[in-house]
Amino acid sequence: MTLTQIVQGERSLAVIGGEATDANLRRYLHGIPGVDAVGLEQRAAGLGTRSIKTTSKAWALDRIIGLIDQTTLEGADTPGKVRSLVAKAVTPDPADPTCPSTAAVCVYGDMVPFAVEALGSARGDPEKGGVAVAAVATAFPSGRASLAVKLADTADAVAAGADEIDMVIDRGAFLAGRYGMVYDEIVAVKEACRRTDGTSAHLKVILETGELNTYDNVRRASWLGILAGGDFIKTSTGKVAPAATLPVTLLMLEVVRDWRRMTGERVGVKPAGGIRSSKDAIKYLVTVAETVGEEWLTPSLFRFGASSLTNDVLLQRQKLATGHYSGPDYVTID
Amino acid sequence: MTRLAVPKTYKLYIGGKFPRSESGRVYEVASASGSFLANAAQASRKDARDAVAAARAAVGGWSGTTAYNRGQVLYRIAELLEGRRAQFVSEVADAEGVTTAAATAQVDTAIDRWVWYAGWADKYAQVAGNGNPVAGPYFNISVPEPTGVVAVIAPQDSSLLGFVSALAPALVAGNTVVIVASQSMPLPAISLSEVLATSDVPGGVVNILTGSPAEIAPWLASHADVNAIDLVGAGDLDWVALQIDAAETLKRVLAPENGPDAAAPALSRITAFTETKTVWHTKGLL
Repeated sequence: MTLTQIVQGERSLAVIGGEATDANLRRYLHGIPGVDAVGLEQRAAGLGTRSIKTTSKAWALDRIIGLIDQTTLEGADTPGKVRSLVAKAVTPDPADPTCPSTAAVCVYGDMVPFAVEALGSARGDPEKGGVAVAAVATAFPSGRASLAVKLADTADAVAAGADEIDMVIDRGAFLAGRYGMVYDEIVAVKEACRRTDGTSAHLKVILETGELNTYDNVRRASWLGILAGGDFIKTSTGKVAPAATLPVTLLMLEVVRDWRRMTGERVGVKPAGGIRSSKDAIKYLVTVAETVGEEWLTPSLFRFGASSLTNDVLLQRQKLATGHYSGPDYVTID
Repeated sequence: MTRLAVPKTYKLYIGGKFPRSESGRVYEVASASGSFLANAAQASRKDARDAVAAARAAVGGWSGTTAYNRGQVLYRIAELLEGRRAQFVSEVADAEGVTTAAATAQVDTAIDRWVWYAGWADKYAQVAGNGNPVAGPYFNISVPEPTGVVAVIAPQDSSLLGFVSALAPALVAGNTVVIVASQSMPLPAISLSEVLATSDVPGGVVNILTGSPAEIAPWLASHADVNAIDLVGAGDLDWVALQIDAAETLKRVLAPENGPDAAAPALSRITAFTETKTVWHTKGLL
């Protein structure tokens, strides 16, 4: 373990007030105040009513593209599909060279080599204009496999060149109250993200909020994911409905904000699944800016997990550029 | 005791639903004699955008039905219109200020026009299509296919007949339609949308906007997801500019027509919104 990891780990244990056992975590997580569901939903709805026009809208659209994890997570994925996904991520709108590239491509672990090869020199830190390779791991999407399999899955993707790992938490264990097990699993996967040169792939912890049933559970899972060392907390796999919703994302952002106040550390948030229109995506930008601040609107702290959002944003960009409405014939069929 | 009048709110017809204008605007519709009839929704460019999206979503289903089935659906519109003749006669008479006899004649002609175009649905392809001569053991066949989403600026000086005459032919081949009703006489058109909603026409196949054609038409003409535009009722607009806008995305365009014969029934109004697909097919190999 590196020094920072040890420091982080010790601070988490200090926050929890002891070893990361089921009992200690339960005492801590259940001591967090409950969520005011009505207030949360009203706040989210209120943030969704902002009218973003002209230059602000143009800025928002470009920023949204720069925050997207262009995703394909289908059983039918092929190397060819991954290559076309990469082409789309690097050059979302071939007719407009001013269009930024997306933050990352997100694929299954076995597709990572093809994504790395297709990206070539375009691969890099999204903060510096590159496109990263994110891989889902740990028996995505269900997470129903032994820890050994999950760790092998993760290490495999990292060895193949994944820059970011999207892991799923064990929702069954979480709902059964075995918080210690979920915590230990995240810590172990984080360790598996380490490369041989000592650097580490970024870890996104998928909470799968659609299966957590209550806002209180979402808040606890967010805390758990952050305490265990996740670099990002992510709403959903996209395979379960409801996926990302604005209230859930707002709730997770509030946890991130509280963690920042408590420790000074910045954790990222990634809503994924079900965000299909620019209008919805802009609501998320507003929510981020109002909850944790505009500094979070950067690829290292906020992402959209989406497959069809990019096309809608491109249509809106074309509308702003040409002054007339565009149509689906003018973007790719993914 | 006098009964309190219950005035009707006329709304738009988009995607099988009756929304108000996104802009919240309405405008007063007056009868021919100048008295207040009702408030109608004044559609904005965003309503036009939503209507095109609804029409695009409906193309697959409507163009995928069999020609015979489309004919039946269009005939069903005539059947329902027949059942509500009295309502339409009174609305046309109010809007245009004509006698009941003249309004009745107009409604009857409109119903007959639906029947006439319904009959063409499974016949126009035989007339407009062709088996081409070839020099080999195969067939070469040209068939007309629907072009997709058709925007229509309905005739502005006719409340019902002009509207139907412009709408029906665009539907025959399997296109979906976004149609802007007469600005001064929109009420019969919106009442027709109630007929469409309760007939077998799938939602989104016909989308009706009321308001200012001068405001909406440029957005439809320049919209990249509209495949054709019928400017039959655009004679008072800057329709040359509309044609130029339409040319930017290679739309099929029908020019404005004026007078009582505008949009007269013709096979050419059906084929104007079709594309010819030519395919070859082997003859039996035995």
